[in-house]
Amino acid sequence: MTDRVELAQNAAGRMVPAMVNGKPQIPYIGVGKYQPRGRKQAPPIRSNKDYPENGDKRLPDLETALRQCGLRDGMVISNHHHLRDGDRVALMALEAAARIGVKDLMWFPSASFPSQKSAIELMQAGVIHHIEGSMNGPLGDYCTQGSMRGMGVLRSHGGRWQAIQDGEVHIDIAVIAAPTADPFGNADGSHGKSACGSLGFALADSMYADHVIAVTDNLVPFPCIPWQIQGNNVDYVVEVDSIGDPAKIVSGTTQITRSPDRLRIAEFVARFLRDAGIMKNGFSFQAGAGGIALAFVDYLRRMMKEAGVKARFVRGGSTKYLVELLQDGLTDYILDGQTFDLDAVKSIANDPRHLPTSPFTSYNYHGKGSFASMVDAVVLGATEVDVNFNGNVVTHSDGRLLHGIGGWQNCLAAGCTILAVPSFRDRIPVIVDQVTTLTGPGELIDVVVTERGIAINPRRPDLLDAVKGSSLPIRPIQDIKAEVERICGGKPARPKLGDRPVAVVKWVDGTVLDTVWQVG
Amino acid sequence: MTSTETTSGRLAEAGHWGNDVRSDLHVAIEPRDRGGLEITLESRVAPYYGDSIQAQVRQVLESLGVKNASVSVHDEGALPFVISARVETAAKRAGLGAGQKSLPEKLPLPPPSARDRLRRSRLYLPGTEPKYFINAALHGSDAIILDLEDSVHHAEKDAARILVRNTLRAVDFGPCERMVRINQLPLGLEDLAEIIPEAPDLVLIPKTESPLQVTEVDRMIGELKARNKVDHPIWLMPILESALGIEYASAIANASPNVAALTIGLEDYTADMGVVKTSEGRESLYARTRLVNAAKAVGIQAIDSVFGDVGDMDGLRRWGENSRALGFEGMGCIHPTQIPVIHAAFTPSQAEIDKALKIVAAFEDAQQRGLGVVSLGSKMIDPPVVQRALKLVARAKQMGKA
Repeated sequence: MTDRVELAQNAAGRMVPAMVNGKPQIPYIGVGKYQPRGRKQAPPIRSNKDYPENGDKRLPDLETALRQCGLRDGMVISNHHHLRDGDRVALMALEAAARIGVKDLMWFPSASFPSQKSAIELMQAGVIHHIEGSMNGPLGDYCTQGSMRGMGVLRSHGGRWQAIQDGEVHIDIAVIAAPTADPFGNADGSHGKSACGSLGFALADSMYADHVIAVTDNLVPFPCIPWQIQGNNVDYVVEVDSIGDPAKIVSGTTQITRSPDRLRIAEFVARFLRDAGIMKNGFSFQAGAGGIALAFVDYLRRMMKEAGVKARFVRGGSTKYLVELLQDGLTDYILDGQTFDLDAVKSIANDPRHLPTSPFTSYNYHGKGSFASMVDAVVLGATEVDVNFNGNVVTHSDGRLLHGIGGWQNCLAAGCTILAVPSFRDRIPVIVDQVTTLTGPGELIDVVVTERGIAINPRRPDLLDAVKGSSLPIRPIQDIKAEVERICGGKPARPKLGDRPVAVVKWVDGTVLDTVWQVG
Repeated sequence: MTSTETTSGRLAEAGHWGNDVRSDLHVAIEPRDRGGLEITLESRVAPYYGDSIQAQVRQVLESLGVKNASVSVHDEGALPFVISARVETAAKRAGLGAGQKSLPEKLPLPPPSARDRLRRSRLYLPGTEPKYFINAALHGSDAIILDLEDSVHHAEKDAARILVRNTLRAVDFGPCERMVRINQLPLGLEDLAEIIPEAPDLVLIPKTESPLQVTEVDRMIGELKARNKVDHPIWLMPILESALGIEYASAIANASPNVAALTIGLEDYTADMGVVKTSEGRESLYARTRLVNAAKAVGIQAIDSVFGDVGDMDGLRRWGENSRALGFEGMGCIHPTQIPVIHAAFTPSQAEIDKALKIVAAFEDAQQRGLGVVSLGSKMIDPPVVQRALKLVARAKQMGKA
């Protein structure tokens, strides 16, 4: 259990811990205010003489590989989450560590999933000290109940890269699940029985970790073509029967929502991009794989066709709906961060216009620019948004951890950031006076689209002007909020949160944006 | 659940709960002889509305005169008007609730509905599915129908009636005409008693086969309106669903000045005829044209049935266009995605509107100049053509098209 910690108020007015897991923190000081200094971290220098000349880095099993990497108490082990809820490699590694008998590891996944809930037993047994990475489902509850020994640290995909390259997190051993690899360690996600498309989330781990192990169920003779992970960064290769459950890695088909309310939201978003003049030749957009986002892409595709408009690039989370855009000649390229369904995996493997990207190219705030700010419009979800357009994606309104941040924070840099949300869920209003957990500052959120109307951030008079004369229902956010509260029978009670921090939310620059408090 | 009799009532339940249930709740009431009201609540919105739900359940029961009972509530995010409906239903089923009904706060009534208003689309909402009610009006249909008849299981008729009553009071349906489909008589008379005080705009009378059914409903509505001081018009739309009903179409259309439209139910009609219902509708052509003729003969609207295949938008469009060509002015819809397709089908084309506008302009010009003959260019326009153009322009104006 963490002891009572000292708190400081940050620029967003949120109380945040001054120390997290023994490391001093910088409270958030505003968008674009924090100036990083110093040099990036680097892994130790290695020598060819210590690696086999024939390039064969195979070891018989993961336990041997972890021992060879010098695994000991208190180390940081990392994994990527491209295999999503189907992943078997992360638990395989953690269980091997348990068999070796080490304690107090920090597990540093790019995200965790409900199928990894047995990590709770490893925390109770003392093998894992704490998790830094998104937690939801049972792991999220374990953290919010205050049962984890250390504090959770929630970072965006870009923020995770930033933390690794800036040296805030030092990875001792990266264990990389590889749908295809060769004995030298070149690896890729686009082929093999466990194909998952891009492996971008594992790239930083492969470049900055002291030791890198690639685990594959599809070993091919050198060279593995294409490779997204370079074998020159890899220490050992381990072959296993299966790195994951293909049925849970990608969905067979992604389905557009049939909910009329959600379809209406999706149509509003597409019409907004059209009527605001954002949908024009050479434009770009990003949308995820949620039900509303998929339907939005479908509506926009029809509008683009009708208007004869072509995008220069679209960013995924790719699905068959983005692939259709590419195949219909409605975009030149897909720049793909993660690949969600079979059509998209097929496309990334076979179509040179569908490219895997990484959090470095797309999201890292401590770099010489990133794609996120070059995208004209992005469509995102949220659990809550407040009257000042601040957004929450990490907690339920009752304070329990619900989601990771994913690329959400990074995407806020887009030219026009749109939150597409129902105005209430299960009687719980989505527009609130103040978000439970601040995940995105309101100055970066431009438009909130609900089934009852569209609210434009007053900080964006240009957008208000652009849609003047459109038939879209543009309304003040307070107006939508008041209507929903009337429907729901008054404002919801504010749940009582505890006074002990159990996790922090990092901003894209590594400063601390908000705190998740113990619940229950 | 087994039922146990006590001196004051029996164990009873109402509503729905479970992982797949949204915006509803389940209430179980066990009457007791003493001990007051003991309410237990499980709710997915407990941290936000738990206290408010507890207080509302207690208030509804106290108002109904329930003094001693063990009440168990499983809530799935129900809105307040649903909560009070379910509690009232459970209390009544338990043989309690003779006291004052606790009705949800009543929204201001929308303006009265005109007899010949636009009725291109009416969206069916099953009377026991509250999750569909609250956003129904957002999808832009000309009307919504709260259905008490075929979409409601026989054992849920009482629950639906109470829920629909509360819905009419508490849900804002915006510009949509508020229709209710009652059950066949005599059950339909119980429906009327509950809903007429809430002034729906129109009542659909199912399986109408005789003008007497219409006059009976009309008389009952008249009495209930007087007793409850409802002065809004409440229009009638008989549904003809059998060979006999079609034979009496004209008499039914004439049965009351409150009949605003005739409509047809093709599922029952084709069953009655022993023919297969197709997406072309050849088998019902006679019935539909006969109904249109009977309606037009008394100057009321003819409204078509529903198109059942929600996935087939091309089929729906063809059906709607054909329907309009036959003289129908609208049809039913069973999913909101059908609404824009139906509206497009029942909206005259811009070319039709432009031509009609020219004819109307020529007619007005002739009127002003005191000419008996209307002409457009070198062509003389016959009076019925002028009449049709006037009607089309008036309709197009209602649709915001002219």
